[in-house]
Amino acid sequence: MGPLVKMGEIATGWDFVIAFVIGIVFGIAMEQAGFSSSKKITGWIFGYDFTVIRVFFTAAIVAMIGLVVMQYVGWINFDELFINPTYLWSIVVGGSMMGAGFAIGGFCPGTSVVAVAIGKKDAMVFFVGILIGVFIFSEGYPIWEELYNGSAYGQLLISDVLGVSKGVWAFIFIIFAFGTFWGTAAIRKKYAHKELDYNN
Amino acid sequence: MEQKKYMNPYLAGFIMGLVLLAAFYFSAEGLGGSGAPKRIVVSAVEQIAPNHVYNNGFYNKYSKDGEKNPLSNWVVFEVLGVLAGGFLSGAFSGRLKLVTEHSPKITSKKRLWMALIGGVLFGIGSQFGRGCTSGAALSGMAVFSVAGYLTLIAIFGSAFIVGKFVKKLWI
Repeated sequence: MGPLVKMGEIATGWDFVIAFVIGIVFGIAMEQAGFSSSKKITGWIFGYDFTVIRVFFTAAIVAMIGLVVMQYVGWINFDELFINPTYLWSIVVGGSMMGAGFAIGGFCPGTSVVAVAIGKKDAMVFFVGILIGVFIFSEGYPIWEELYNGSAYGQLLISDVLGVSKGVWAFIFIIFAFGTFWGTAAIRKKYAHKELDYNN
Repeated sequence: MEQKKYMNPYLAGFIMGLVLLAAFYFSAEGLGGSGAPKRIVVSAVEQIAPNHVYNNGFYNKYSKDGEKNPLSNWVVFEVLGVLAGGFLSGAFSGRLKLVTEHSPKITSKKRLWMALIGGVLFGIGSQFGRGCTSGAALSGMAVFSVAGYLTLIAIFGSAFIVGKFVKKLWI
């Protein structure tokens, strides 16, 4: 039963090999989807390309349903999975900074790595920026430690907060995602003409 | 070689979902991105000034007084895989090219400065958010974490608003 590494069903050392292989497939999927181009992945902000939202929501749905099914048939112990804890204000501040960084810089960490891999200089500079950002955060940690560790709600599950089962939340999210797929297709028709030819 | 077209986004999303599921099945942690640059920074600072790392509450979480190698971690190897996978995919599709991609409305120099500023913001933000678009938002959403959905809303909401002010950088 999974998660295999944590349940001690895989010998130490092999977990890094598996991590590398999983990363390869993740990288191929991102690059094939077009995540190595900041022009393509910022398109949703301006309405000419919604690839990011389609890929992102589809991946979330597949993994969510997969986890519900695997838990149901006993292939995975959900309680052993890492649930990122909710630190409300730290997330709001951090998420807002990440959003601004995305709009200005055109990448997020994962997408910048695939773009570096195919030779995008803008992505290489973006990645250096991430390193500088991490350094600034770490050096100033005593200043914002309180914000970072404050408003802690622990490992909250959205299904528990809403008082529904995981299956019901998955269903609600699927409806929302399909609505978004349909809605963004309509918006794209209106704004597709705004797409510029980038001089590469 | 002529560039191949991008994959259908729903198919790419389906594959990514299976990869995420596999990551949970093996490691319990899902996928990550910002964890790798974080560990690179901790490791570099530890090489130069070890005591500084052990005395800083944040750095030392990933070094534990030098007993743990910050780079000996699942997410570091996963991100190395992403680099390799991106390269393989780019080679297969004829997209390997050393280039600064930028809108015709700005110079490549401006694009690079903006990329640097954006990277710094993302670097700081991903520490407050305890993960980035893949580690906190996507992986969190898949395990029904409130934090995952909050991160998604914060990142996409902020990008949408800030995007309106920096429109000239893109279109």
